[in-house]
Amino acid sequence: MIDVAGAEIAELAGRVRRREIRARDVTEAFLDRVARFDGALGCYLRVDAGGARRRADAVDAAAAAGRDPGVLAGVPIALKDIFVTAGVETTCASRILRGFVPPYESTASARLAAAGAVMLGKLNMDEFAMGSSNENSARGPVRNPWALDCVPGGSSGGSAAAVAAGLCAGAAGTDTGGSIRQPAALCGVVGIKPTYGRVSRYGVVAFASSLDHPGPLGRTVDDTAALLEVMAGHDPRDATSIPAPAGGYRAAAAAGAHGLGGVTIGVPDEYFQPGLDAEVEAAVRAALDELARAGATLVPVSLPHTQYAVATYYLICTAEASSNLARYDGVRHGHRADGARTLDELYARTRGEGFGAEVKRRIMLGTYVLRAGYYEAYYGKALRVRRKVAEDFAAVFARCDALVTPTSPVPAFRLGERTADPLQMYMADVLTVAPALAGVPALSQGCGFTRAGLPVGLQIIGRPLDEQTVFRVAGAYQARTDWHTRRPPLTAVPATPQGQP
Amino acid sequence: MTAPAPDGAGYDTVVGLEVHVQLTTHSKIFSGSSPAFGSQPNASIDPVCLGLPGTLPVLNRAAVEAAVRLGLAAGCRINRRSRFARKHYFYPDLPKGFQISQYEEPLCEGGVIPFRVRGDARSVRLVRIHLEEDAGKSLHVSAGAGPAGASHVDYNRAGVPLCEIVSEPDLRSADEAAELMRAIRTLVRALSVCDGNMEEGSLRCDANVSVRSRGVATLGTKTELKNLNSFKNVRDAVAYEARRQAARLDRGLRVAQETRLWDPARGVTAAMRSKEDAHDYRYFPEPDLPPLALDDTWIQAVRAALPELPEARFARYTTVLSLPAEDADVLTADSETAAYFDAALSSAPAASPKRIANWVINEVLPRVDHAGRLASDDVPVPAAALGELVALIDSGALSGKLGKDVFGRMWSDQRSAREVIASGVAVELSDVGAVEQVCRRVVASHPDEAARFRAGEQKLRGFFVGAVMKETGGKANPKVVSEILSRVLA
Repeated sequence: MIDVAGAEIAELAGRVRRREIRARDVTEAFLDRVARFDGALGCYLRVDAGGARRRADAVDAAAAAGRDPGVLAGVPIALKDIFVTAGVETTCASRILRGFVPPYESTASARLAAAGAVMLGKLNMDEFAMGSSNENSARGPVRNPWALDCVPGGSSGGSAAAVAAGLCAGAAGTDTGGSIRQPAALCGVVGIKPTYGRVSRYGVVAFASSLDHPGPLGRTVDDTAALLEVMAGHDPRDATSIPAPAGGYRAAAAAGAHGLGGVTIGVPDEYFQPGLDAEVEAAVRAALDELARAGATLVPVSLPHTQYAVATYYLICTAEASSNLARYDGVRHGHRADGARTLDELYARTRGEGFGAEVKRRIMLGTYVLRAGYYEAYYGKALRVRRKVAEDFAAVFARCDALVTPTSPVPAFRLGERTADPLQMYMADVLTVAPALAGVPALSQGCGFTRAGLPVGLQIIGRPLDEQTVFRVAGAYQARTDWHTRRPPLTAVPATPQGQP
Repeated sequence: MTAPAPDGAGYDTVVGLEVHVQLTTHSKIFSGSSPAFGSQPNASIDPVCLGLPGTLPVLNRAAVEAAVRLGLAAGCRINRRSRFARKHYFYPDLPKGFQISQYEEPLCEGGVIPFRVRGDARSVRLVRIHLEEDAGKSLHVSAGAGPAGASHVDYNRAGVPLCEIVSEPDLRSADEAAELMRAIRTLVRALSVCDGNMEEGSLRCDANVSVRSRGVATLGTKTELKNLNSFKNVRDAVAYEARRQAARLDRGLRVAQETRLWDPARGVTAAMRSKEDAHDYRYFPEPDLPPLALDDTWIQAVRAALPELPEARFARYTTVLSLPAEDADVLTADSETAAYFDAALSSAPAASPKRIANWVINEVLPRVDHAGRLASDDVPVPAAALGELVALIDSGALSGKLGKDVFGRMWSDQRSAREVIASGVAVELSDVGAVEQVCRRVVASHPDEAARFRAGEQKLRGFFVGAVMKETGGKANPKVVSEILSRVLA
């Protein structure tokens, strides 16, 4: 028996396709790990063991019948609970969606399933993807596998922690202002926010529509590339999906191993400012040196509107959230308050009981932002600044192929440390929101550890639709380092029985 | 109740309409389920039109084409780039908590719709025509009929494509408002973009009404009238509201800016909500839909495919064909009637247009539809067959009266005029000698009645005519029979 939890996705799928191992055995091995270790971490909101076994058996049956079970044959994956799954409860870690069993499937998860991936279950997250620590979950927080008293980051905290702990071979998350990259950095895994429109949003519960980017998280660059190759591509059910050819990410990552000759990497001054943790800065500077040794040309660049990115982001994302979350009214699905006597009371109580504090805060902020007479002062102005931020990137990409920065200004912080101050929590996104506003692809990979043993993340930002160069740089860095081979120590604490979020 | 606008009271009435046109497309505006009516509640729904979490709208090209047809027909400027926006309010029949509509940058701007009031040409300028989605329907069960007066929601209508036509406040009377609605119904039917059924709500309007002292240029405070689901309701509600506002001004009272509901049973409008508690819709551009970009070639193709519009047709009928305006009005009220008339006319080029118009108006239309609308499937007499019949009458081969009988047979048996005549059912017995023989036989077999008639009992004439008609199986011309009887009984 191979160490399935240590194998890369391509190797696992290859062995299943060649019938050297059974998808069912791989699935059982991962289900066993989840049962043993997730009690200490809280990554999974829902384990769909029965469904996973059926999917694995179908892969084995296809392979036995001589049919191609797909490029991800038998690869156990898990989905952030923001991906809608047909027949499997989907809650966004919110009480308001309790009991919502969708009759349809997200495009991204359907593509993964069609490629033979075996979905093990649904992963914890900040409620409706609003948060940077995974502490805003109605089900309770996720713990960082590298330090159980620390947060995994958010909002895709369950996804990053599960990948880091080997509780799935890969995961799908969403990134609105950093929600894939920041937890990937804090958990020492790889995660990419692809170009806006690269991966379909159909069936991804909306938080901020113009900023929501679904994407994969993996333990290695190649794993992440393999997942993105399946998830990416045009979807006629998402009008913002881009009808452009996708793929070639694994090949680009492999090419990086041969060096970065001819690649110019910009180092934006605005991402190395006071507030950046010294150990994080040291690790990132060392990574930049490594990329230079790999053949890249490093040039200092400036993105002058970066300082406005966080304020702009929170105007746009709260406005869109207040609109997207208007549909949770207790009328059609999910939670409904008992005993309401009037329609207004039904709305007020359903939403009062169903939403957590951070979600309510953002709905109120967004409602304020969109008030008649204030639109120009807030939302309209934010859209104009957003354009400036995008122009910053366009300007530097005229002379750079990629930008490299830290992903998070700090390593994982302690649970509860920032919950009292929402503004301090919002600043966790300071290095990730600008690429989200511009819609450009950005990846985070591990580039070292602090003295306390916490991972540090390196952010690689590319031109729109140029995920290939991002993967080439990431592949080059990984080929010259071994951070990705380190594993967190795991404590055997059985998973708690499946409960409600 | 109908009341005159307060013309005599020294006030002018000012009206603008907001008309909602349900577009007849095969699928909803942003999703694949059917917008068809008459299905069971919540039978024509899908995850997207229900606004289920994670679903996204994708714009239906057919809805855009229908809106552009309407915009071009109304002479609007078609914006090459338009945007959708979210309009927010909470109501159970609005699945997402917002309606996808257009706010800034609508699809069509400007334009004019011509109409007539008792033959006089009028027109209204348009502000805009935009696309949006319809909401579902709430059904409130009164207390006692269900658990504590339950409410049910039917989402079949949610996501049905709508065009909203917003007029300038160019209308000056209740009649103008009603006639504009009639012209819009005729137009949307001619364009095949809407079935125009006001009772079922596929065509509906709100009216913005204000009054001002005659000669004053500034607009008075307006109220918005809702629930105007027939031409009569439009006319009556606007007339009532103008009188109500004028009466308030006469008494030195203000008109409150508010939304008012027309109650057709009581013939009054009543306040629904005031401006103070009006919604803040929190419009912002719909982030799930990119701006709608149209290219000139496509717009030109849509323009080239437009049918003859009702106003052009009316002009052709009254000038080229010299039809009276009233006839032209009826014939152009819907394009299928006009098409039927045109086809009958072209199959009988020698026949008089006026005579064919009479046949269509007096014989065809009363036999079909119910809502004053002619659907070709409902007409068992093809237009060409009507043309043939009228040509026979014009040639003198058939009397007008008998022609109606023949037409009745054509309708019931679905046969041509010649087939009906050849079958002998209605052939006129025009052989005077043969009729006279029958008359003499009838008189001879009723000697008593003949004697009484000759003695002056004139009312027996009817008895003899009836007997002869019976003998001839109704084929004799009663006028001829009467003349012959006069001679035989003299």
